[in-house]
Amino acid sequence: MPINRRKFIDALLSLGGLGGLVAIVYPAFSFLKPPKSAEGTVNSVKAGIASEFPANSSKIIKFGRKPVILIKIENNEFRAFSATCTHLDCIVQYRTDTKQITCACHNGIYDLKGRNVSGPPPRPLDEYSVKVVQDEIIITTETG
Amino acid sequence: MLKNSFSKIESWLDERYNLNPVRNLLYHKKVPTHKHSFWYYMGGITLFLFCVQVLTGIMLLIYYKPGEDSAYESVRFIVTEVRFGWLIRNVHSWSANLMIFFAFVHMFSAFFTKAFKKPRELTWVTGFILLLLAMAFGFSGYLLPWNELAFFATKVGTDIVGVLPFIGEDLREILRGSEDVTGATLTRFFGIHVAVLPLIFNVFLIIHLLFVQRQGMHEPEHFQKLSEEKKKFIPFFPNFALRDALLWLIVFNILIFLALFFPWDLGLKADPFTPAPQGIKPEWYFMFMFQTLKYIPSHILFIEGEVLGIFIFFIAGLIWMLVPFIKFKERAKAKIQPLTLIGILIVAFIVLMTILTYLGL
Amino acid sequence: MSKFNFDTSTFNLTLVIIYLMINSQTLLAQQTSHTMENDQCYTCHKEIEILPKGFLEYDIHMQEGLSCAGCHGGDSKVEDEEIAMSKQKGFIGVPSKEQIPQFCGKCHSNIEFMRTYQPRISTDQVKQYYQSVHGELLVKGDNKVADCTSCHTAHGIISSKDPRSTVYSLNVPQTCRKCHSNSIYMRGYDIPTDQYEIYSLSVHGKALLELKDIGAPTCNDCHGNHGATPPGIASVTHLCGSCHLNNLELFRQTRMAKKFEELGLHGCEQCHGYHSVQKAMDDFVGTKQTSFCITCHEEGDKGYETAKNISYYIKDLVNLYDSANTKMLNVKIKGMNDIDIGFLLQEGRQKLIESRTLVHTFDANRVNEKTKEGGKIIKEGIALADKEVDEFYSRRNGFAIATVVFLFLAVALFLKIKDIELKKKL
Repeated sequence: MPINRRKFIDALLSLGGLGGLVAIVYPAFSFLKPPKSAEGTVNSVKAGIASEFPANSSKIIKFGRKPVILIKIENNEFRAFSATCTHLDCIVQYRTDTKQITCACHNGIYDLKGRNVSGPPPRPLDEYSVKVVQDEIIITTETG
Repeated sequence: MLKNSFSKIESWLDERYNLNPVRNLLYHKKVPTHKHSFWYYMGGITLFLFCVQVLTGIMLLIYYKPGEDSAYESVRFIVTEVRFGWLIRNVHSWSANLMIFFAFVHMFSAFFTKAFKKPRELTWVTGFILLLLAMAFGFSGYLLPWNELAFFATKVGTDIVGVLPFIGEDLREILRGSEDVTGATLTRFFGIHVAVLPLIFNVFLIIHLLFVQRQGMHEPEHFQKLSEEKKKFIPFFPNFALRDALLWLIVFNILIFLALFFPWDLGLKADPFTPAPQGIKPEWYFMFMFQTLKYIPSHILFIEGEVLGIFIFFIAGLIWMLVPFIKFKERAKAKIQPLTLIGILIVAFIVLMTILTYLGL
Repeated sequence: MSKFNFDTSTFNLTLVIIYLMINSQTLLAQQTSHTMENDQCYTCHKEIEILPKGFLEYDIHMQEGLSCAGCHGGDSKVEDEEIAMSKQKGFIGVPSKEQIPQFCGKCHSNIEFMRTYQPRISTDQVKQYYQSVHGELLVKGDNKVADCTSCHTAHGIISSKDPRSTVYSLNVPQTCRKCHSNSIYMRGYDIPTDQYEIYSLSVHGKALLELKDIGAPTCNDCHGNHGATPPGIASVTHLCGSCHLNNLELFRQTRMAKKFEELGLHGCEQCHGYHSVQKAMDDFVGTKQTSFCITCHEEGDKGYETAKNISYYIKDLVNLYDSANTKMLNVKIKGMNDIDIGFLLQEGRQKLIESRTLVHTFDANRVNEKTKEGGKIIKEGIALADKEVDEFYSRRNGFAIATVVFLFLAVALFLKIKDIELKKKL
């Protein structure tokens, strides 16, 4: 009997030990595997395939915590601006008919360089720089 | 099979390195058993929690980015995006608190069982230094998430240094890395937390452990007085070690429980230009000092109250550290020895002051 | 109202000007010495220290190389005082107040001449001036009204884009105020003198004077500058609408706009005021004491109901938005993912702003449509926030099984210890 009892305890112990090991190793291993989303502060964002982006159209991109409007103008050039209207905090949109950036809330209008041309906005939109690397659109905060 | 290869490796090692000291340690070390032997485990628990700190700390280091613009964001990244990041951070925070708690318990148990007396004076001194280093760990680590509470707590904490005469201002600036708590402070605290303190801590820890191994477990007075036959021991290995392991497991489970059910908030990012929010408090193990400084009047004679308070704490700490070298007359008749009384008063003071803070007095 | 068109350029110019100001000492020293070294008017007048009051060496005319003689006539090359300032040399001397507009207009109304300095400069200032109240009164012989120099100064004229200029947009209120806030000076004109005080407390005034936002309208943006007149009843609405396009457009289409016209009420101004225009509050509409609706409408009429409904819809959305914001803050503090909640709330806020604009339709249904849209989005945000907070507490549950495993291990270890110790005893 004592032999069996000891064997039983040993089995319990190894089972528990194994379980404990898994309970530690599994989270540790998952922790080490880098998450897919971008780390901490965002300085650049990938915004899709350049050639698949139709000309004279726009898209709102989430640049970290800020919305950014990416526009492909008719000569296939990309422009990106902060999508937050400088009047109140509405999101601006690109109008394909007038080829302007407008804000629906109070009809603020910006030109395609982000300059406020009409309506209440007091300031131009902040510009982001857009690079196309191997047909991939990359938006970055403009530095110099 | 398994046992066979183990013994082969053992003999291979033995041939080259002479494993006798290790064997002596494992098979001949004995731990006395008596009514106070429970306290023997406190140091081990503290050590275990320190190991948890090292491991989780290294893990956090993989994603943490010091810096005014990235510290908070990277911690947010850890707790939101990284799988089990929230768990690792919670374990790291809770383990830090538990480690200091058990270090305090360990210290006072050594004090009340008079384990610090000859020949263990230096074990006591190194142990006390380890506690101070652990508190420094806590203080520097608290700032690293760069949230509002941490920012202002650090501001208040480092401000206290500034009131010291002559060197105060300089010392504060050295600590902060600039005149105020800024990104420079964060960089400094990060360096201190992950490089400077671990280095010093490990040196003292190794010395502390070597002393313990060299001298064996302390036997309290009443145990020493027993006749040899009545002295009961258990072997260190495997009995004591297994009990140690069991206790560690229990503490680890408590730790996981705390981390799961009492998660830490991330807080709001520190903004140096906002006024200090309500309820700025240092970590609980600094509370009794914080609270005492609050009670000292702003001026006593010609000395500033705060300076006096810091001076008193400094002297008290120094005496406490050197207590094994001070001769106390023992009164044979007294029920409570004066030294024990002092210890009780100190514990009572710390507990009372801490409670008062949390009552908001 | 073309003000906004110039914003980027104004901003850039400001930078340039700041740069120039820093370097102005050396730069100006060089320029004046270059342009004025052979100018006898300047040399002489400086020597005997009778340069005119407020004389600045960086006056724009002087910078462009125009001598004193350029305006005052005479010959600046002749050393002899008598000859230089003789009628034969075309010397005019100090113009009288009535002469001043023509005096400046000599050049400034001459497009051929002005073009050589600035190709796009307008040359209708004098014409406009005579149509302004100032100009009209001057013609009638009123010598107290503003002439060119009252605003531009006489001998220290700087470009209006220069922040040092008296007519730089941030400085305009101060310039107009010199006369218009002086109740003694303005006595007899029968117009108020508290416009500056009122304006400075308005949303526009605060933006301009406190935030130094040169995009905010200053005096001349509504009143015009050279043609300064009080805007007429009809034009007030147009004026506001030149910036607040949507609001005007929506208002115009309402029945209320027509009714206003019939009653001779001003459009925007009736509720928002003019100099005193305040940041629009949700309490402006509704049935409370603070509401403007109840000035005309009373309980029982249709308008009263509409006001009540509009106010209710908007307040409802505001409350929802506020509670969503509090929830998001909690998510943030908990260290959970708040990015998507933030985007949803921003979208919801946009709907709130749009519904506030729709107040100007005075159509409760249209407002309600918009607030419903906003409410839907914000509720999505709230649901997401609740989910995140839930997860903050529930993600532990998955791992709680680990504590069971550790407990199991601890029990096994405990049994093992007992077993070993039992064996020893045996």
